[in-house]
Amino acid sequence: MRIAVLSGKGGTGKTLVSVNLAAVAGKAAYVDCDVEEPNGHLFLKPEQVETREVTVKIPVVEDSLCTACRICTEFCRFNALALVREKLLIFEEICHSCGGCTLLCPQKALWEKDKVIGKVEAGSSGEVRVLSGIMNTGEESGVPVIKALLRALPELDREGDVFIDCPPGSACTVMESIQDADFCVLVAEPTRFGAQNLSMVHELVEVFHKPHGVVLNKVLEGEEDPSEEYCKSKGVKILGRIPFDRHLGNLNAGGRVVSREEEAYRTLFEGLLQGIRKEVRHEAAAGA
Amino acid sequence: MRIAVPVNEKNMETTVCPSFGRTPFFLVYDTQTQEASYEDNSAASSQGGAGIKAAQALADSKVEAVLAPRMGENASDVLVAAGIAVYKTQGDNLQENLKAFEEGQLKALEETHSGFHGHGGQ
Repeated sequence: MRIAVLSGKGGTGKTLVSVNLAAVAGKAAYVDCDVEEPNGHLFLKPEQVETREVTVKIPVVEDSLCTACRICTEFCRFNALALVREKLLIFEEICHSCGGCTLLCPQKALWEKDKVIGKVEAGSSGEVRVLSGIMNTGEESGVPVIKALLRALPELDREGDVFIDCPPGSACTVMESIQDADFCVLVAEPTRFGAQNLSMVHELVEVFHKPHGVVLNKVLEGEEDPSEEYCKSKGVKILGRIPFDRHLGNLNAGGRVVSREEEAYRTLFEGLLQGIRKEVRHEAAAGA
Repeated sequence: MRIAVPVNEKNMETTVCPSFGRTPFFLVYDTQTQEASYEDNSAASSQGGAGIKAAQALADSKVEAVLAPRMGENASDVLVAAGIAVYKTQGDNLQENLKAFEEGQLKALEETHSGFHGHGGQ
């Protein structure tokens, strides 16, 4: 079972939820797709970490072969190539690595080189296999790093349940992260802003036809919760509630995996995991 | 001298557009003949690299200088490679800027920004 954890904004508790679900799931895998600022490893503290570079293909020109025909510059929809004074200029950070220019060049004046844009770190934390994607500062898109992470999914499935910690928001990187998920957990805050952002990711998972449910975080008993109201009005399944709890907040801010620290939190996340498993089984049965 | 200015409308009373790559039009102005023409900026709707494409078009049309309030570093790289000088406009009044340029009052645009890539069209 592959569970993606996402939210419309940062700081709602994606990492809290995905790290702790992985920690109570027995043999499991945690995959940090928030490649611009991966932080799950700060909690899980994986050991025996192996690092692999992530590269993309970037065109290189052999000036002596280029006849300034402009086929490549006219083809590139991202305008990563320009031709000035018969000389080709290549803007590496704009290139989306489609390979089209190299393919089309009639003179074979273009070829591709590897450019390192980040890395994947893999290690273990107890029974949890931990993968983190890390994009280098200044790079344009984290998508290739996420793709490299997700290529490990078939192998990770053998470990047990896989928890995918997504980037915040609802952009390309999030779409990439949820693509292979069986179920999406949306984490939401009890504020109007939180509900607004929840609505954005909710729309996204609907577009992708992903079975989903919501975890309400930082819940204040007896207080208004716009995210809960949103779920009720849209008929979205509420998977569980994490109370606004200063002690939990302190443990978490100290880099602790709360479910490994205290029985009450272990019970909380075990209950949440059971609820999610039940939903996934139900969806699988309904879909079959 | 043929110069180009990003402008908001196709007339001489218009204002300088703050965006180089995504300006709707370029005024191409000949300082000797005072002849003015307006080019649609085909880069304005680009998914990315608008500055590069706009700069390419100006290089192709053989302008010798560009007046603009600011510019991304990629667009600037193209113009530099094409030997096109870039001057920083003062305020958004088009005619005042043309006059200031002809009187040698405009300074070279030395600072470029790193662009807004990925914010809107990844």
